[in-house]
Amino acid sequence: MKYLDEYRDAELASKVLQAITRSLTRPWTLMEVCGGQTHAIVKHGIDALLPPGIELVHGPGCPVCVTPLEMLDRAHSIATRPGVIFCSFGDMLRVPGSATDLLRLKAQGADVRMVYSPLDCLRIAQHAPDREVVFFAIGFETTIPANAMTVWQARQLGLRNFSLLVSQVRVPPAMAAILQAPQNRVQGFLGPGHVCTVMGYQEYEDISARYRVPIVVTGFEPLDILEGVLKVVQQLETGRAEVENQYSRAVTRTGNQATHEIMGHVFEVCDQPWRGLGMIPQSGYRLREAFLTYDATQRFAVAAVAPQESPICISGEILRGLQKPPACPAFATLCTPQQPLGATMVSAEGACAAYYAYGRALSNLAEPPSLLRQQEAGVEAGG
Amino acid sequence: MCLAIPGRIVDIYEEQGLRMGTLDFGGTCRRCCLHYLPEVAVGDYALVHVGFAISQVNEAEALRTYQLLQDIEDVIAELDAAAPELPGEQGEAR
Repeated sequence: MKYLDEYRDAELASKVLQAITRSLTRPWTLMEVCGGQTHAIVKHGIDALLPPGIELVHGPGCPVCVTPLEMLDRAHSIATRPGVIFCSFGDMLRVPGSATDLLRLKAQGADVRMVYSPLDCLRIAQHAPDREVVFFAIGFETTIPANAMTVWQARQLGLRNFSLLVSQVRVPPAMAAILQAPQNRVQGFLGPGHVCTVMGYQEYEDISARYRVPIVVTGFEPLDILEGVLKVVQQLETGRAEVENQYSRAVTRTGNQATHEIMGHVFEVCDQPWRGLGMIPQSGYRLREAFLTYDATQRFAVAAVAPQESPICISGEILRGLQKPPACPAFATLCTPQQPLGATMVSAEGACAAYYAYGRALSNLAEPPSLLRQQEAGVEAGG
Repeated sequence: MCLAIPGRIVDIYEEQGLRMGTLDFGGTCRRCCLHYLPEVAVGDYALVHVGFAISQVNEAEALRTYQLLQDIEDVIAELDAAAPELPGEQGEAR
């Protein structure tokens, strides 16, 4: 497929790997921010192919993972109300709250529907004027324009039976939080390619300069990731700390201006709790006052819930790049994708779930998945 | 979650006041919102996320990146020239 297959060339990948190895004079720790990149790295075995001097730690960039447990419980409470059609991206359906998940609620009779696009919810609402349609609006900056346009369009169409349960997050404040932590290990970042298609990379220049850290905006195919690693390593080895754009076929410095306009009309920046990381100032987007009529939390009162996270789970440390999944005593024993204990196991893009899915639970990784095998991969690109 | 897939625009139309289009993803066609890419035309490639085209694929840049990767051997040669005899690296597979 055009613009995918070209970036999965095993022969080229081995050349880039060689260039990385030849550039290296000392060990470095890099973080890929985005859950889609984590998934691609583990799936293609890129971390196992890199020279031992390069450690990839896995960042907090999976919106499913970092959606607070309290918000999941709220979603589950709303989904069981009579007359509600609860719509969600497929990724959220299996994520357990304190007591249940959306798929189980659906099996028990709740009207839970998986949507491909938030716009699908508007069609559903138009066809069911006597029902309340609620959309679970999670996402990073990549998804927020879609959520914003859906609210905007709901108002244009005069839809009164549509609302959103909003849990939206921004990448830059989370990166700053990681870098500010006294125990931080991250020396360079692979920046989130698809987030930057929307936002551009301008706002990362400040982080790069302030914390003296290289940030290379990177795509999602194996060659993208390897080239991103090469560029970060080259910066580190030459003492530079800049923002570079590996993913220039999709990302510009200022991003997609048309998205900024609608996002700014509908949402405003707010403090936001992250599962596993806690409250991060200015790291979320909530509905502006003019659009509060579309806020599901205003429409459906939910009794205050204070769910408890597992005391064993170390997902907070994993999301900060301080630990890897196998360091957790519960990994692949008490905690599995079927029975996840915390943030990094709940979604396929969480580090723990990716490690689990691609056999890292086995103590001896005799044969890491090979780049040579990934040619068979179908239509896939992540973020 | 931030899945975005490149597709080729095969038609553009308006629906309930929104600029929409059909995109071909390697043989599978889907309707997508094109509001955020007011300049794209039929035949262009765009990255689509949750039913919204968020970025036009820049063909020149795509080609340039690929060309840079093709030329990576020059980079390796330069590195070799700069550090011809790093200790412990002799005999390593190149």
